[in-house]
Amino acid sequence: MYRGLHLIPHDTRIDFMRYHKVTFAFSMIMVVGSILLIAFKGLNFGVDFAGGILMEVTAPGPADLSKLRLQLTELGLGEVSLQQFGKPETVSIRLQHQNYGDQDLATVSEKLKTERKGIAKDELDRLAPVLAEQEAQQRAIKAVQTALGPTYTYDRTDFVGPKVGSELIQSAIWATVLALFGIMAYVWFRYEWQFGVNCLVALAHDCITTVGMFALIGWQFDLTTVAAVLTIAGYSVNDTVVIYDRIREELRRYKKMPLGELLSMSINRTLSRTVMTSGLTLLSVIAILFFGGEVLRGFSLAMTWGIVAGTYSTICVASPMLIYMNLRREKVGSMKPDAEKAASRP
Amino acid sequence: MVHFAKWQTWLTLAILVAGIIFSLPNLLTQQQADALPSWVPHNRISLGLDLQGGSHLLFQVDIDAVVRERLETAKDSLRDVLRKNSINYTGLVVANDTVTAQLADPSTRDKVQSLLQDSPIGVAVQIDDTGKIQGAFSDQDIRQLKGQIIEQSIEIVRRRIDLEGVKEPTIIRQGEDRVIVQLPGVGDPTHLQELIGKTAKMTFHLVSDAAPTPTHEKPTTVPPGTVALPSTDGGYEIIETRVILTGENLVDAQAGTHPTNGRPIVNFEFDSAGARKFARVTTDDVNRRFAIVLDNEVISAPRINEPIPGGRGFIEGQFTPQQTHDLAVELRAGALPAPLTVLEKRTVGAELGADSIATGKLASFMGLALVIVAVLICYGLFGVFTNVALMFNFVLLVAAMSLLQATLTLPGIAGMVLSLGIAVDANVLIHERIREEVRNARGPVMAIDAGYRAAFGTIADSHLTTIISSAFLLYFGSGTVKGFAVTLILGTIISLFTAVVVTRLFIVVWLRHARPQVLPI
Repeated sequence: MYRGLHLIPHDTRIDFMRYHKVTFAFSMIMVVGSILLIAFKGLNFGVDFAGGILMEVTAPGPADLSKLRLQLTELGLGEVSLQQFGKPETVSIRLQHQNYGDQDLATVSEKLKTERKGIAKDELDRLAPVLAEQEAQQRAIKAVQTALGPTYTYDRTDFVGPKVGSELIQSAIWATVLALFGIMAYVWFRYEWQFGVNCLVALAHDCITTVGMFALIGWQFDLTTVAAVLTIAGYSVNDTVVIYDRIREELRRYKKMPLGELLSMSINRTLSRTVMTSGLTLLSVIAILFFGGEVLRGFSLAMTWGIVAGTYSTICVASPMLIYMNLRREKVGSMKPDAEKAASRP
Repeated sequence: MVHFAKWQTWLTLAILVAGIIFSLPNLLTQQQADALPSWVPHNRISLGLDLQGGSHLLFQVDIDAVVRERLETAKDSLRDVLRKNSINYTGLVVANDTVTAQLADPSTRDKVQSLLQDSPIGVAVQIDDTGKIQGAFSDQDIRQLKGQIIEQSIEIVRRRIDLEGVKEPTIIRQGEDRVIVQLPGVGDPTHLQELIGKTAKMTFHLVSDAAPTPTHEKPTTVPPGTVALPSTDGGYEIIETRVILTGENLVDAQAGTHPTNGRPIVNFEFDSAGARKFARVTTDDVNRRFAIVLDNEVISAPRINEPIPGGRGFIEGQFTPQQTHDLAVELRAGALPAPLTVLEKRTVGAELGADSIATGKLASFMGLALVIVAVLICYGLFGVFTNVALMFNFVLLVAAMSLLQATLTLPGIAGMVLSLGIAVDANVLIHERIREEVRNARGPVMAIDAGYRAAFGTIADSHLTTIISSAFLLYFGSGTVKGFAVTLILGTIISLFTAVVVTRLFIVVWLRHARPQVLPI
């Protein structure tokens, strides 16, 4: 009977520990490089974080970007970035957050004065700038709509205020950092503190290099990307936990084996599973990449990178680092094996 | 691990069947689902704004404006108290969120203190030895006030939107002073945004005795306790700042026509407390004029000809029928306690939404198909078990989301695909373990038993960590990201069930019937 495909022969013995200094150095370079890229090149923040206006429009025919750009630049709305995506007719128009001018202020003040007659002067002074800012965004959207004419359809119009944008960045950073520490605490609780710390380092490695990747290539970084980064963390920790589980098991079984050899063996024994799972997950992510349309592209790109990075960090960072962590083997070895726990469950 | 009690088998099958039943309504259209008898499950997954099209607005509630307004009221009350009791003071102002005044004679301090105890002015007042009066809200007052204002705002925004007939709007509080409004199917929210943002604050005052007739020019000075407000006919009215009744006392307002001259009017009716007060004022102040003020403008100032006991009246002004309709809507819905400004606005056209659903579906099915083929190639017969379990994983996830009335967003679809990957991983872990055990020369039953045992701990750990990180996303993330976290959490929990229970059930049943000598893995 067909026994399925054995991608990785079961007697594979790759000496993963041998090159750990090389991979450590490589990872260090990647992390430091990412941080430098993020700090100096910066991220291409989407409207979610940077604030501003994003419009997605469908042209009546294939869109002529250079003509459009000329048309929109003439409106004097500051920097206009245009991008074609998906079909030749669909274009995304990105405008920076519009600063209000005297004209907006005058319009709004006039409106306030007619709508709320007898409005107090200080009330007017306070409300007018806030409303003028909104007026400026509305005016910019209207201007684009007028310039493009009625043959265009407007699929999406987003306006995010600058205050909201910076708050979203903050909450995203908090969510990520807290999630990482939550995962570390859980791994610590399930194994030993060394495992928890290593896990955190490996996760930080994955998150930082993913964000660095976005800085390097200049992909748009928005809320969906943050979701992707967190998913990567979740996926990577899944990978790490599987191998840690195996390391703990082998530590109990081979009490005298040198640690390096034991780590290498554990990685080899789970290699088949690692390749299968990463491969299968990659398949579904690649399906999103190709068929999920433009909206999910950033997400699936980040995930593709993250799966590769997560697998790498588990094998080449999280596991080898245990050598340096002064693991007290008798303690790990004496822990109650999982198999017994599982068996005692109903 | 290779033993299933009868009840376990039946329970598992029952869950799977329930999953199929509860996911079925999603194949129907809304009309078909509505037509189902009530005992049939008819909950469907609701689609997020990004999938069905609509508008998302984030409003900031200007609470400071209310605080200032309350301080102004407190200032007026303080003046009234001091005047009535002929206590001399100087420099009564509101500055830095505090009402301050200076008593001319510090020795009147105790008297003022006891007077304020009897008729509190709404703020905590302190008077020091030099006779300096300071009144401000305590932090607790402010917190309470904020909560109150937000809740009131949400309620009123909801009423206004309902009166405009938007279907299934979502209106929720965000943070301390923000309100999120989601309007499915509304492609251009400009009109609604304006309607929502209007304060529509209505108050009833008496026209000042000192100036009983309207003036054309704005008066430069007005008597204390009064204010000059413009009126709709172009002139100015000097009215008492004291509020007799507010729009909150109204229970009904309807557009109508004047019984004799046929002009458009708004009929209104007060609640019982309002009616009593209205009756008293109309009795006490017969022949004076009574100003109806909407958003700082006098829209009508009729003379009180006779006492009005029933709490009913009408507003007659320079109105068109459309204006009386709008005014009636605003009055019925009530006044916003504080002005709202838009911080964030997102609009998705219905066509883009439909496109997104189509591509999301395509991506999910392609992903599923690729994984199914790969699993078949890699694990043969065990791959078949896995694939059936994966199908159930999908069906159960749809069922759970329908039952919970969860909202599916585009990132939510991504979450579904990812949870599929996690379910695959669980199966891979088990199969690889079984392979190892087969290599350790164990018999089929032993290999499967040991394989499941060894894999279970790993699967539980990996699933739990995923749930932990998703929980953080759910808690800290915003709108669309939350949708992603919800599907991922549900999918992970279901994956635990399908991998550990469902595939095992299939394998155990197969073992019992086929009694293989060698495992095909």
